[in-house]
Amino acid sequence: MTPDILRAVLAARTAGRAIVLATRLADGFQLILPESDAQQAVLDAAAIALSRDESTAVELGGQAWFMQVYAPPYRLIVVGAVHIAQALVPLAAALGYAVTVVDPRRSFNSPERFPGVVRAGAWPDEAMDELKPDARTAVVTLTHDPKLDDPALDRALRSPAFFIGSLGSRRTHAQRLERLGALGHSPATLARVRGPVGLAIGAVSAAEIALSIVAEVVAVRRGAAIAAR
Amino acid sequence: MTDSEDILGTIAAWLPAEGAVALATVVQTWGSSPRPAGSQMAITRGGRMAGSVSGGCIEGAVADAAQETLRSGIPQTLAFGVTNERAWEVGLACGGQVKVFVERVGEPVAAAP
Repeated sequence: MTPDILRAVLAARTAGRAIVLATRLADGFQLILPESDAQQAVLDAAAIALSRDESTAVELGGQAWFMQVYAPPYRLIVVGAVHIAQALVPLAAALGYAVTVVDPRRSFNSPERFPGVVRAGAWPDEAMDELKPDARTAVVTLTHDPKLDDPALDRALRSPAFFIGSLGSRRTHAQRLERLGALGHSPATLARVRGPVGLAIGAVSAAEIALSIVAEVVAVRRGAAIAAR
Repeated sequence: MTDSEDILGTIAAWLPAEGAVALATVVQTWGSSPRPAGSQMAITRGGRMAGSVSGGCIEGAVADAAQETLRSGIPQTLAFGVTNERAWEVGLACGGQVKVFVERVGEPVAAAP
C-alpha cells in the first residue's frame, strides 16, 4: 500500500464516504473504488461488497482479489442527556459508534457532562430531522419525558433506523405506544420500538443499564437470536 | 472499516517515524475463525503491533512474515488451518482456517541494483 492510497482511504473516511479498497493478492496492486477506472468485473465485485457492507475475497479472471469495505461508522443517537447517557456514550464510542446526544435542556446537555461528545441542543424532532437516521443508525430515548421522547421516536419510526429503543417501565411503554399510535403509526410500525430498551441482564446501576442497551444494539445489528422480542 | 479498530489510522500515525509499516489483513475464513475477513493488524520493524487477525494464535507467525515483507516489499498471502502443514506449528485452536494477506505500507522498496 502506497502512502497515497493510505491517505485516500483515510480522506474518504473523514468525508464520511463508503469506499472499497480492491487488492490483487498476487502482487499487491490496489485500486480505490468506485472512484478509479477498473475492469467491469472488479467494479461489479466492489459494488456488491459495498452494498453488503462486507469485505470479501473474490476470484476475477483467474486472479484472487480482496475487496475491503471502508464505510463510515454506525451511528447512535441518544435522546436525553441523563445519567445513563453519561455511561452509555463512552461504551458505544468504544464499540465504534459515532454518538450524538440530543437534549434541549442545557443544564443536562452540557460539555461538562459530555466532554468531547457531539451534542445537539435542538428540540428532538428538529434534531432528528437534521441528523436523518439511516439504516446504519440506532436511536435510543432515555428521558422518560413524553415531551422529549415522543417527537424523537415519531421521527425515528419514519426513518429506516435499524434500532429504536426507549427506556421506561412496561406500563409507561404501553402508554407511549398508545400516544405514538395516535400520531398515525400502525401496530406493525410500533413493534419496531424496543421498550423497555436493553437486554435482560438484571441491570441496576446506570453503567449496567448502559451495558444492557449497547448489548441489545449489538445483538440486533449482528442478528443474534437473543435480540428476538 | 466499520469497527472501532482504526488500524489504518494507527499506521498513518506510525509512518512518519517508521518509514514503512506492515499491514496484515484477513482475506478469507473457513469454518469457525475468531476474526472475520477484513480484520487487520499493523506490525513495525521493531515489533510494535496493533489490532489482530485471530484470537491470538497466529499473530506471532504473521508478525514474523511481516518482517520479511517489510524488508522486501513483496506481499505474501499466508494460509493457516487444519489442512495446512503449518497448522502443526501455528494452528488455530478453534479448528478454523484463515488466509492472511501481508503487505508493506510505505514508499515502494527501491529495486536492487
